[in-house]
Amino acid sequence: MKHVLVPSHRILSEKEKEELLKGKNIKLHQLPKILINDPAIKELKPKVGDVVEIIRKSPTSGETKYYRVVVIE
Amino acid sequence: MGLDDLKRAEQVLPKKLYEKLLERLKRYNIKGKLANKVAREVIKEYERVQQTPGEAVGVVTAQSIGEPGTQMTLNVFHFAGVAEMNVTIGLPRVIEVLDARRTPSTPSMTIYLKKEYAKDEKEVRRIAAELIEVKLNDLISDTVMDLLNTRLLFTLDKGALRNYNVKPKQVEEMLKKVYKNADVKLLKDGRIRVKLKTEDVGEMYKLKSKVLDTYIKGVPGVTHVLPIRDKKEWIIKTAGTNLKKVLELPYVDPERTISNDIFEIAKVLGIEAARNAIINEVKEVLDRQGIEVDIRHLMLIADTMTFDGKIRGITRYGITSQKSSILARASFEIPLKHIFSAAVKNEVDPLQGVVENVMINQPVPVGTGIPKLIYKVKRSGDKE
Repeated sequence: MKHVLVPSHRILSEKEKEELLKGKNIKLHQLPKILINDPAIKELKPKVGDVVEIIRKSPTSGETKYYRVVVIE
Repeated sequence: MGLDDLKRAEQVLPKKLYEKLLERLKRYNIKGKLANKVAREVIKEYERVQQTPGEAVGVVTAQSIGEPGTQMTLNVFHFAGVAEMNVTIGLPRVIEVLDARRTPSTPSMTIYLKKEYAKDEKEVRRIAAELIEVKLNDLISDTVMDLLNTRLLFTLDKGALRNYNVKPKQVEEMLKKVYKNADVKLLKDGRIRVKLKTEDVGEMYKLKSKVLDTYIKGVPGVTHVLPIRDKKEWIIKTAGTNLKKVLELPYVDPERTISNDIFEIAKVLGIEAARNAIINEVKEVLDRQGIEVDIRHLMLIADTMTFDGKIRGITRYGITSQKSSILARASFEIPLKHIFSAAVKNEVDPLQGVVENVMINQPVPVGTGIPKLIYKVKRSGDKE
């Protein structure tokens, strides 16, 4: 979905996910969440527990990465 | 230390800063060792200005928005726009967004059109007119209830038909589609007859208002439209929103069209879009009042409000209800309710947050309150 308000979403591979959690020294449930039926990730066919990498356009730093874990409502 | 500091800068620095660094290095023709030295200094400075872990950024945000908020013109002109299209602005709008009210008090869309449609004023006005939701009630001048024959007779208003660009046949078809088991007929004299199945008078009155409310054409929810010239193109502002339907229209630019209803955006475009919308909406109000608040504060608020995938307002039903500590929840609003329900559920408060520790007069886990000392007791059997 292309829209000015929607940044790009991508599902991390298992390996990337592990590296991310290890690098930040956190557990999966501590990440911000995104619902499994969120329209922005519907086409990516997410599973519960997947981590979505969101590349946001930021007015202060140009681009920032943000991570959300997929949950059901 | 050495040659790969520039590479490290690409990893560590935010994109914007890194690009600026490269641009400056090029401008002053700095290369090799010196360039690396510069990069090293930039990284050092960048790390110095970052927030330290444990900094109470939430409190800083609250004050940074709260203080200028008191400067906002309190109750003068909280509406802007032309006579028939008001949009809430000012403090009421900020409160509305941050409280995450289900629907804005003045829902509105900003519709951008595809390039080939956005230039010609006439065309834009025609498109705008097509957007307005038309109900049967808007098209008729007279309604007759024939109780004897249990039927309704609607006289179509020719002027209204012309205004809304609707043909009598269209009205008949729509009515037929909605009321499949009623007998709908367009009479020769321009009236529409709806024969009802019921003979109960009360029921007939109910049906009459239901039939009058029948959708004929346009975008459901849109009550007013206003084409506006914005720089080089025409855009359409609406009162009433229906983002999903509008984005599907062939002449609408689906990439830029937005609504001011945050919940609608979350539903149609997702939680990240809603986060951006929260930032934009609050920023627009503050900018209009000439109030400067660092955008990072707004970003923090928007991130907090969208943290669990749904929009949570900064209210006792929203983010406060998500706090794990009973005492923290109780200290915000309606304390007794929280304490009673915690007692019933046998909840335990681990006293890990800020508010709880203030209440019991202990160091709060903020800043230097975070690190803890652990004393390992030596037992007689332990080795040296």
